[in-house]
Amino acid sequence: MTVAFYIAGAVAVIATLLVVTRRSTIHALLYLVVSLFAVAVVFYTLGAPFVAALEVIVYAGAIIVLFLFTVMLLNIGGEAGPDARRRLRPASWIGPGVLAAVLLVGLVAIIASGANARVGGRAVEPREVGVALYGPYAIGVELASTLLLAALIGARHLGQRRREPDGR
Amino acid sequence: MSEAACHALGLAGFGALATAAWATVLYDLVIVLVVLVGVLSIAAGLTWFERRLLSFFQDRLGPNRVGPAGLLQPLADMVKMFFKEDWIPPFADPALFVLAPAIIIVSVLLAFVVVPVTGSFVIADLNIGLLFFLAMSSLGVYSVALAGWSSASKYSVIGGLRAAAQMMSYEVFMGLALTGVVLLSGSFDLNRIVAGQRGLWYVVPQLPGFLVFLLAGFAEMRRIPFDLVEAESELVAGYRTEYSGMKSGMFLVGEYLGMTLISALIVTIYFGGWLGPGLPGFVWFLIKIFIFIAFFILVRATLPRPRYDQLMDLGWKILLPLCLVNLAVTGAIILAVQR
Repeated sequence: MTVAFYIAGAVAVIATLLVVTRRSTIHALLYLVVSLFAVAVVFYTLGAPFVAALEVIVYAGAIIVLFLFTVMLLNIGGEAGPDARRRLRPASWIGPGVLAAVLLVGLVAIIASGANARVGGRAVEPREVGVALYGPYAIGVELASTLLLAALIGARHLGQRRREPDGR
Repeated sequence: MSEAACHALGLAGFGALATAAWATVLYDLVIVLVVLVGVLSIAAGLTWFERRLLSFFQDRLGPNRVGPAGLLQPLADMVKMFFKEDWIPPFADPALFVLAPAIIIVSVLLAFVVVPVTGSFVIADLNIGLLFFLAMSSLGVYSVALAGWSSASKYSVIGGLRAAAQMMSYEVFMGLALTGVVLLSGSFDLNRIVAGQRGLWYVVPQLPGFLVFLLAGFAEMRRIPFDLVEAESELVAGYRTEYSGMKSGMFLVGEYLGMTLISALIVTIYFGGWLGPGLPGFVWFLIKIFIFIAFFILVRATLPRPRYDQLMDLGWKILLPLCLVNLAVTGAIILAVQR
C-alpha cells in the first residue's frame, strides 16, 4: 500500500509538470487526466475509496471531457503558436513560482504539525461520507450548491440567443 | 507443552498461512483468466451472433459458409483484419491515434472487474462497485473523442465532438438512474445489490430508473438508435473513418464488449443477477445477459436513427426530470416505510 502511495505520488507530480510544459493543448489535457488518476490512487491508499471514485468520475470523466470538447470545438488542439512560446519564457515563471512556494510553505507547516493521515489505514465507507456531509458539514454543502445554482443561472443567461430589437 | 513444540506449531501455522495466501492468489488469477477469456469470446462470438440474428429478423440467411452454421466467421474476420495494412494517416497525431482504440478496450474490460458472475465468483468485490463501473464507463468517451480529434479529418472530428457531448450527458442520467437502486439496497456493492433482490427484482420498484438506464446504455455504447457518432449516412464512419485493419477491429470489439457489459449490468442491477431457481447461478446470469443482447440487436434491426438535437433534447428535457422525480419518490417512500 505504501509503495503504491509513493508511486502514485511521483506519477502525479511528473504528470502535472508535463501538463505545464506541453505545447499541444490536447497532450497537456491528457497528462492532466493521468495526474488526476494518480491523485485518485493516492486517495485510495489513504483509505478514501469513495473520494477516489468521485475523483475519476467527476474530474477525469466529466470536467476534462468538457475541456477536451471545447478544445476540439475551437480547433486549438495542435502545437501552440509563438504567442504561447513567449508565455513560456523563464521570466513568466516568477509569479506562479512565488505562489507555489507559498503553498509549499503551508504544506510543510501542516506536515510538521503532525496532522497527517496514515497510508493503508481504515477505509472510510461511502455511508460515513454521506452522514458527514449532511451532518456537521451541511452548511458547506448548502454554500456549494448555492454557488453552483448561481453558476447555472449565469451560464443560462450568457448562453441564450440575443433577441432581435423587433422582438423576434 | 514444551517451547520447542510451540515453535514447531507456530512454524506449521505460518506455512499453512502462506499456502492459503498462495491458494487465494491462484484462485483470483483463475477468476481473472476465466472472466477475461469468457468476455472476449462472447464479444468475438457476438460478431457472428449479431449478423445471424439481424439476418433472421430481415428474412435473410447471413454468414453460414465458414464452419458449421458460419460459426467460424469471427475467426476468418480476425485473420482478414490482421492481414490488412495497418495505416496511420500522415496528417494524424500518431501517438493518440494508436492510443485511442486501446482506451476503449481497457476501460470496458476493467469495468467487468466488479461484475459478480455468482455470489463468490467476482474478481473484486468492491464496496464502491457501482461507482467503479461509472468511473470506467466515463473513461470510454476519451477513446472516441481522441480517435476523432487525432484523425484530423472533418468527419472524424464531428463524430468525436458528438461522442463527447452525448456520452458525457448520458453518463449523468445513468448515474442518477442508479441512485434509486442504491437507495433501495443501501449499498454501492453489486453483490449486495443482487442479494437485495431475492424477493423482488429491482426492475419492478425502479421501472422508470430501469428505462432511463436502458436508454443511457444505448447512448453509452453508441448503438442504433443512438449511434450518431458514426452515422454512416452523414459522417461516413464518424470517429473511426480514418482507421483500418485491427485498430478499426478494436473499436468493433470494444462496441461488442460494451454491449456485453451493459447487458451484464442491467441483469445484475435490475434483474436479480445470478439469482434463479434450479439452474446454477452463472447459467442464469448468462441466459439473462443473452436475452438483453438479443434485445439490443432486435432494436438495431427495428428503429431508425433520430436527429442529433432530438437525442440531446430527449436526454436533458425528458430523462433528467424523470430521473429526479424517480429519485425523490423512491426516497420519500423509503422514508415513509422506515417511519
